[in-house]
Amino acid sequence: MNSPAPTLPFSLAANPRLSSWIKFAADGKVTVSPGKVEIGQGIVTALAQIAADELDVEIGRVRMVRATTVSSPNEGVTSGSLSIQQSGRALRHACAEIRQIFLAAASERLGVEANMLQVEDGTISGPGNVRTSYWELADEVSLDRDATPGAKAKAIADRALAGQSAQRLDIPDKVFGNRRFIHDTALPDLLHGRVLRPENARARLVGLKEDTARAVPGFIAVMRDGSFAGVVCETEASATAALNALRKGATWSQGDALPDENDLAAFLKAQPVESTVIDTRTAASTAPKVRTLKRQYTRPYIAHASIAPSCAVAQWTDEDSVHVWTHSQGVYLLRNDLSLVLKLPLEKITIEHLEGAGCYGHNPADDVALDAVLLAKATAGRPVRVQWSRADEMTHGPFGAAMAIEVEADLDASGEIVEWRHSIWSNGHAARPGRGTKPTLLAGYELEQPFPIAISGNPPQANGGGGDRNSVPLYDFPAWKIESHRLLTMPVRTSALRTLGAQGNVFAIESFLDEIVAERGEDPVAFRLRHLKDERAKDVVRAAAKRASWKPAPKAGTGYGFGYSRYKNTGAYCAVVAEIEGEEDIRVKKLTLAVDVGEAINPDGVINQIEGGAIQATSWVLKERVRFDRGRITSNSWTDYPILRFSEVPEVEVEVIQRSEIDPVGAGEAAHGPVIAAIANAVFDCLGVRVRNLPITRDRLIAAMAES
Amino acid sequence: MPNIRFRLNGTPTEVDADPDELLLDVLRGPLGLTGPHFGCGAGECGACRVIVGDHAVTACDAPLWSVADKDVTTLEGLGSPERPHPLQRAFIAEQAMQCGYCVAGVLMSAAALLRQNPRPTEGQVREALDRNLCRCGSQNRMVRAVLRAANEAATT
Repeated sequence: MNSPAPTLPFSLAANPRLSSWIKFAADGKVTVSPGKVEIGQGIVTALAQIAADELDVEIGRVRMVRATTVSSPNEGVTSGSLSIQQSGRALRHACAEIRQIFLAAASERLGVEANMLQVEDGTISGPGNVRTSYWELADEVSLDRDATPGAKAKAIADRALAGQSAQRLDIPDKVFGNRRFIHDTALPDLLHGRVLRPENARARLVGLKEDTARAVPGFIAVMRDGSFAGVVCETEASATAALNALRKGATWSQGDALPDENDLAAFLKAQPVESTVIDTRTAASTAPKVRTLKRQYTRPYIAHASIAPSCAVAQWTDEDSVHVWTHSQGVYLLRNDLSLVLKLPLEKITIEHLEGAGCYGHNPADDVALDAVLLAKATAGRPVRVQWSRADEMTHGPFGAAMAIEVEADLDASGEIVEWRHSIWSNGHAARPGRGTKPTLLAGYELEQPFPIAISGNPPQANGGGGDRNSVPLYDFPAWKIESHRLLTMPVRTSALRTLGAQGNVFAIESFLDEIVAERGEDPVAFRLRHLKDERAKDVVRAAAKRASWKPAPKAGTGYGFGYSRYKNTGAYCAVVAEIEGEEDIRVKKLTLAVDVGEAINPDGVINQIEGGAIQATSWVLKERVRFDRGRITSNSWTDYPILRFSEVPEVEVEVIQRSEIDPVGAGEAAHGPVIAAIANAVFDCLGVRVRNLPITRDRLIAAMAES
Repeated sequence: MPNIRFRLNGTPTEVDADPDELLLDVLRGPLGLTGPHFGCGAGECGACRVIVGDHAVTACDAPLWSVADKDVTTLEGLGSPERPHPLQRAFIAEQAMQCGYCVAGVLMSAAALLRQNPRPTEGQVREALDRNLCRCGSQNRMVRAVLRAANEAATT
């Protein structure tokens, strides 16, 4: 039997130099440098577990280095639930190889066969009480060499840390209020900047009176380039005051028209589009169809609404060199776009990652980095920290794209599905920086010589797709056709938000299935089990059903719903039972989830991600909708864009099916789609009403009741 | 301009600033603290909460004059790695956060609650934290951590 030639993991193939990942420091520490970054998901701890495990060192010896363009491996962007898959595999392989290299060196020094040596907390010992250590050998073993395929990682049974819940490394700082976030950056001579942004969508700055801003105590500079304008001051308070003064002195053009927020489907379907057939399946022969069911589902634009406004610090170290501190998801990608805007070679731009608040996709982190770079031009080398306002954070960053989804099913005489059709109308779900020949940073669109506004695209299906993510059914329907229509106009700025299109598609698929199943009088779990062929899928469905005692006896005012998906069709499996109470308003009482991420490196970390995803999804489905009139985004505060509160959060129970033998995948986006579908299905179970337009608010319930 | 005096984390403090300046700007600016966080500037999210007297208040919309002669406690004053507050221990034990940005304010709301009601029910904890927003979805862990801290304080 021929087994395929061994290959390097994806991130290691791109960054093979071993020393770029691991160094043994003179103080007895191991420095681990992943290219992925902490965005509140606990990735840094999981990666430390993997490295410590493969090297056989205590986790306390591991020092995690934040990503920087100076020395970190380039792992692109921290997104798509790929960090464990990409960084984790690369580190496991690199550490396994490094362990072998050191064992070989130790064998030579100690005169003992390598296979007689053992490693314990970095100390290498063998028979006759001979010993050395990684650190003793570090001078003679160069890791400035490329990784080679074939290094063997430890057997599963020998892993001591990976697979066990570990305390997150970043949490102590956060409970004691230590300087940890980019917002807390302290640098000598630090200045504070604020940027002026229009209320109306894409309005141009036509006039600016600067005198009152200049009179604010602590004023340093006004910066203006076309429609980009901002102030720099000695303190945050003075910067805010100067910005308010600048705002009063600004005149704007009218701006662009926005669509009707109350008829998003009509807007989406009336735009010019690029249409793609995502997948087709044809059956040799099927039972004849006797009727066709057709439904339309929509989801609104959704805001990232991170709890902290985006922030960045920039300092020009000489006339053409700039240093940037950012909570961007991709330091190298941000550098590409800054290089395009500033017309500077890459090596003149240094970017370091610092933690921001929770990040759920392409939020304004990159935008504010360019803002800081532009404002810092006016300060003769002093660093400038720029922080967006809450209102700008809620209105000027990219949103998750609105979607209209039509689903049709041809049914045979016994009500079985013989053909399935799914069509999506949506703006693209990706306009991340650093990937094209034109920058996608907000200020780049505002300059006197502006860059054209990038119309968002969709990642290819091979990377999980965008608007079409999770649109191909996971069920064994005999025939289907899946189409995606990506808008070529973009009045509302959209880009990657957790799950991209998967949330909308899973909502549509699982809701429509529930309608068909209800009409058949079949149990939703039984139906799914009958149409799923993948045993891992069936296992999460059965586990969630069992844990929630599916299906509990009917109770007045209470409803139960089921939802299932495998994120990106290739990632984590997740099944959900939702229990809700509803009359005029819907209250989600309990979510019971079963999840399979393959090897769960930090099981408590996985549970934390699934709980968080489930609660955030509950917030999306019950409350969230970006609001706008025909000229401007109006949901610019927590009052106008409410999210779920402590008293509204459901009980969440998570079962992780541990599969140590299967390569791990990420957990951060697995829950959203199935949770939203399960809640919508529970609403039907409770009230007999199908709400097909999210969010499920009181108004939408009334509208759906009137429709049915 | 008269100086404003108050006790900050137990230490008498005097600030030479405009009395209308926002408490959060003063704490994070000249006083150099990083416990209270800016989130919205409108008292809506609670990331900036500090305890004034016995109550958790939002520092982002409280003028400096409003704390004159009062006791102000920030996260830094709650406890330290050497002498952690039961809530800090409990938040670590429960791994009660994802990004942790909101936690500074959540801990202060919880600390104010426990001062007034050392054995709250789960419902009372949720009510006390209802004006703190968490976007990552860690609310249930935080509630468990607060109940754990209350329990620990009662049994030690």
